[in-house]
Amino acid sequence: MTKDLNINVQHLTRVEGHGNIVVNMKNGKLEKARLEIVEAPRFFEAMLKGRSFHEAHIITSRICGICSLGHQIASLKATEHALGLEVSEQTILLRKLLIHGATIQSNILHAYFLATPDLLGVGSVFPLISSHKDVVVRALRMKKLANDIGDTVSGRAVHPITLVPGGFTHIPSVKELENLKKRLVEQMVPDALNTVETMVALAESVPSFNRETEYISLHSDSEYALYDGDIYSSDTGRSPIEKYLNMTNEFVVPYSTSKHAKHNRDSLMVGALARWNNNYKQMHDIAKNAGLRMGLTTPCTNPYMNTIAQVAEAIHCTLDAIDIIDRLLSKGLKNERPNQAPVQFGTGVAATEVPRGILYHEYTYNQQGQIEKANCIIPTGQNLGNIDDDMVKLVPEIIQEPKEKIVLNLEMLVRAYDPCISCSVHILDVDFIE
Amino acid sequence: MKPKVAVFDFTGCEGCELNKLNFEDELLALLEHIDIVEWREAMDDKSDHYTIAIVEGSISTPDCVERIHDIRNRSEILIALGACAVQGGMNAMKNQYPLEQVREEVYGCHKDLFPTLPALPLSRYVRVDYEVRGCPMTKNEFLKILTSILMGKKPIKPTHAVCVECKLNENECVYDKGMVCLGPITRGGCDSLCTNFGQYCTGCRGLVDEPDVEAMLAILNRHGLSIVEAKKRLELFNYENQAL
Repeated sequence: MTKDLNINVQHLTRVEGHGNIVVNMKNGKLEKARLEIVEAPRFFEAMLKGRSFHEAHIITSRICGICSLGHQIASLKATEHALGLEVSEQTILLRKLLIHGATIQSNILHAYFLATPDLLGVGSVFPLISSHKDVVVRALRMKKLANDIGDTVSGRAVHPITLVPGGFTHIPSVKELENLKKRLVEQMVPDALNTVETMVALAESVPSFNRETEYISLHSDSEYALYDGDIYSSDTGRSPIEKYLNMTNEFVVPYSTSKHAKHNRDSLMVGALARWNNNYKQMHDIAKNAGLRMGLTTPCTNPYMNTIAQVAEAIHCTLDAIDIIDRLLSKGLKNERPNQAPVQFGTGVAATEVPRGILYHEYTYNQQGQIEKANCIIPTGQNLGNIDDDMVKLVPEIIQEPKEKIVLNLEMLVRAYDPCISCSVHILDVDFIE
Repeated sequence: MKPKVAVFDFTGCEGCELNKLNFEDELLALLEHIDIVEWREAMDDKSDHYTIAIVEGSISTPDCVERIHDIRNRSEILIALGACAVQGGMNAMKNQYPLEQVREEVYGCHKDLFPTLPALPLSRYVRVDYEVRGCPMTKNEFLKILTSILMGKKPIKPTHAVCVECKLNENECVYDKGMVCLGPITRGGCDSLCTNFGQYCTGCRGLVDEPDVEAMLAILNRHGLSIVEAKKRLELFNYENQAL
């Protein structure tokens, strides 16, 4: 195999943020295969320093529009941990409901609008409006309902309003929740099941490529972990959240404004496929069976299948959202005020699962309730090393293919991770220099 | 021929763009009146000329400067989308520190790898024709501006404060609930969404024209914030506003 290959995809499309794919092969020897992150860094530490605990989640929400709910949840949990603020069961249920809405929204957006065009050989969702109108309309309907969960419970799906330390500033009405439930049962469930049929039909276009890696996610004894749990590695088992720095070990690489991460091996994977591999047994049966029918294995080591795992999760989240609304309604909604009386000021760490993987926030507060130190490690940064290692294995395997096909497979690989590049260059993980 | 519309993103969270993909009810109808010719987050295609360029994010690297001039040169109409593009947004908070210090804190000895500039609104570099404000951008304002342009009408720019809309919505005053709020000095147009949901106004839509900053600081101070804290609240989305 003596072949020269030069690939340079500038500003890869249909991903969140700016990245380039660069591959360089000379005389059959792979010199370079990597995703370069060129997104402008944000420097969030400058925005957080000295800020009140009322503002931390408002600011970190702006790290990413797509993951804004997840950043708020992780931020609020870290602040509550640092200040010793207890929250009610109703607060936790409403937060879990919001996570389901955000997860369905993000996973459906990615599966239908960003990933599916590749499987159908087109450059965007727009041509599909004429060729597959019913499918596009279904995707829009699902996204709309998922966003309506956010709009109803948090005031606004992007940069939510009502979530604050200690609870909510506004509680939805019984009628609003009943209406959401009705639409979930009558509309989302059939749409989600039809999505499975669409994905089964498309699954044969998913490239077959396997590379086993270390899968890291939250894990909980009581449920498919999204809101809370311990850290779980497929290599090393459970660790408490407080050990998150040992699980990430961030480092700078010269070709990326986002830092990379590693744990037990050179790279690790987080996100829907990692959650599926670690926790599929706890998924709702209907969702789990749908995942198996769409070709997911247990475990599944094909990173392209991350998109399929996202679809299985959308079904799980739909069914669990219905259960959560039932629980909220049967307990009776209480118009409770948020608990905002700190009992201490110190350091708090929290993790939550967002669509792209496990997200960590850590804050240290001074006696005035202002942030002294902040750290935030986001999923896409954790996945970047794994994407590079996948490319290094993938390129030699498909080197006999025409260059366009190689480029397409590489683009599809990066898109499969659903990277969130704005998040990855939030740049918050430093101590402040006085 | 339908107007050619393109969407671009600079330094920001892409939440405004996402909000556009969230026009689930209006998207298909909108597409009957415009051709989307370039939108990296959603499609592969590219174009040389645009009737309307919709631009999100602030300008914060040498590469951003080059790209925004290029986009302006190829566009008939340029719309700044969201707080980062209109007034610099939260990104501009970094401008309070020396750039060298910010880079060194984050990247240490690798600081020279990643050039950065102060984060500024688009209007500091190019002419901006219309503004859609908010963090994230206010959806109805976006639809109103876009339909006005398509119908050849001039969109109305709101000049009243958020307080006006909050009163019309018959909300209890946020100050009466023991919280502080930037509604008195923040440009309306959002239908006071945050205060409708029990939260205070963070000032994301920028300040009104000729804002009385001293009076605002005095109110915040009277309700428990020190002057330093009060200034920080105002600066959150408005660090580059000359009135502060």
